[in-house]
This record gives sequence, C-alpha cells and structure tokens, in this order.
Amino acid sequence: MVTTIMGRKLGMTQVWSEDDRLVPVTVIEAGPCVVSQVKTFKRDGYAAAQIAFGDIKESKVNKPMKGHFDKAGVEPKRHVAEVRLDEEATVKPGDTLTVDMFEVGSAVHVTGTSKGKGFAGVMKRHNFRGGPGGHGSHFHRATGSVGQASTPSRIFRGSRMAGHMGDETVTVRNLEVVKVDAEQNLLLVKGAVPGAKGALLTIRSA
Amino acid sequence: MNTIIRAIEQQQIREDLPDFQVGDTVKVHYRVVEGSRERVQVFQGVVISRHGSSNRETFAVRKISFGVGVERKFPVHSPKIVQIEIVSRGKVRRSKLYFLRDKVGKAARLKEKSY
Repeated sequence: MVTTIMGRKLGMTQVWSEDDRLVPVTVIEAGPCVVSQVKTFKRDGYAAAQIAFGDIKESKVNKPMKGHFDKAGVEPKRHVAEVRLDEEATVKPGDTLTVDMFEVGSAVHVTGTSKGKGFAGVMKRHNFRGGPGGHGSHFHRATGSVGQASTPSRIFRGSRMAGHMGDETVTVRNLEVVKVDAEQNLLLVKGAVPGAKGALLTIRSA
Repeated sequence: MNTIIRAIEQQQIREDLPDFQVGDTVKVHYRVVEGSRERVQVFQGVVISRHGSSNRETFAVRKISFGVGVERKFPVHSPKIVQIEIVSRGKVRRSKLYFLRDKVGKAARLKEKSY
C-alpha cells in the first residue's frame, strides 16, 4: 500500500471542528499523483513506487524524462518522488493516488522545505539571548564566547554560530487530518507545515 | 487570498444571524456544556467592538453585573451561538466603544438610533 502523496501548500485558515472549536488548519492541494515506476526486489533489490505530481508544459519536458514517463504510459509530471515499501507494490504504473487514502482524524507526517532566512545571526538562528542593548553596554546581538583559551586553543566543531538559516528539509510529525475533500483534492491538516504558500509538500500517513 | 481558502471560510460563515452593529444592545443565546449537560445561557449587554473578518470575526459584549463591569468576547460565526436578539440600536460615532469602561451609571448610556 502506498500511503504517501505529494501536494502544494495553499495557505492557512481556521475551521470550526465537530465540538465547536476553532481549529487552525493548513490547506494542502494534495495529488492526484500517478505511479510512474514500480521497483521490485527481483530487479532492483528493494520494493518501491515512484509517484509523480504536478502539471508541466510539454515543451519543458526533456527527452530523458519524456522517455521515462512514456515507459510507464503516463503524462509527464513536474515532480517525482520514490516511496519505499516493505513488500512488493500492489500498485502498477499508471495508477492514480488521491487524497482518499487519508481518513479524517488520522495522523500524517508532512515534509517540506522551510522558508529561507538567509545569513542569520545567532539570536535569530539559535535563540541566543544577546546583550543588554542599552546603558553603554556595546554588546548587542553578537555571539559572545565560543570556547576556552590556550587549552584547547581551537573551537569545537559544531559550535552554534551565525550562518545560513532555513531552506532545509523539515518534517512535521503527527498532524491531525481535519478534513479530506476528494472532489477538489484538498487536505486540511491541523497546525502549520514548512514552506511558503505554493511550496511542494510530501504527506505520508503516520 | 487564495480562492479555495476563501471558499472554505465562506462555508463557515453564518447567514442566519441578524445584522448587528457596535453600540447595539444584544442578547446572546450561547450554548454552554457542563459535563454531560447542555444548556443555553443568555448574555445581555452592549456590543463594544467587532474585530477581524471572515470566519474569524469576533465581537465583545459589555454589561454591568452586580455593579461590576463584565465583558465577554464571542466568535460571530460560532456554532455555539443559538440566537442573537437585538434589544435596541445605539447611535455611536466610533467603531470601538472602549471609552464605556471609564464611565459609570448614567454616563455609560448610549443614545438610541432613530430612524
């Protein structure tokens, strides 16, 4: 069973739940995905299904990709992802996956790319406290001490410093599915998911 | 805003409630769950603010209870609101009536709207 689907983050809103509470939700346009390749133990040494999502203009598809999709007999798609399976796949190339696979109330893991923050200082990146700011302190948002003196006379690897923040793969685990709309391919999950509006997400059942 | 998200919010909006404004005196019939029992509570007072938009909109009602000012905020589109009755319409010139908090007794009255 393939219980993974790709989708696009549309944004956040709030909806009234069954018990009349206002629940924060992220609206995801999930699927439909097509199976573009099936990997088997016999041929590939492991079982997996490759799923594809998103429309693409024909002129944007290069020949190797076109050949790959033609082999499966499906329309070319913009994104592909591989889903590892424990046993031989029950799906075959050309099958369509929709949001139907998720149940309201069940939990999902959502993977995406977080918003890039550029080169960020230690206060923003690692939640350092920073200095007092006023009263002639001259120590505002700087790092402070990063190590000891002549012993060890080096900085330990992995010390938290300023640098690039965000634009990483982030998974938010165990988000509750609030609503599934198979007609419009919509999935509403409780809480926030990584990335900006329009970002590509991978949703798998927990 | 995304049209799909707007449609989701639009579905949640309640059309059955009367069109009340800031300054109106209203009776809010609100469903309260106490353990397994459910009853309807009535909160009567002056609407002193309406805040937010779409399905997130809330309103605040202020009343004087046993000499103490009590304010309560309700989500406008909450399914827990059974009914909103408009007792009287007040004539006001601002959107937030927070000045009523500093007034007591006769000074805290609002002029009624005349049509």
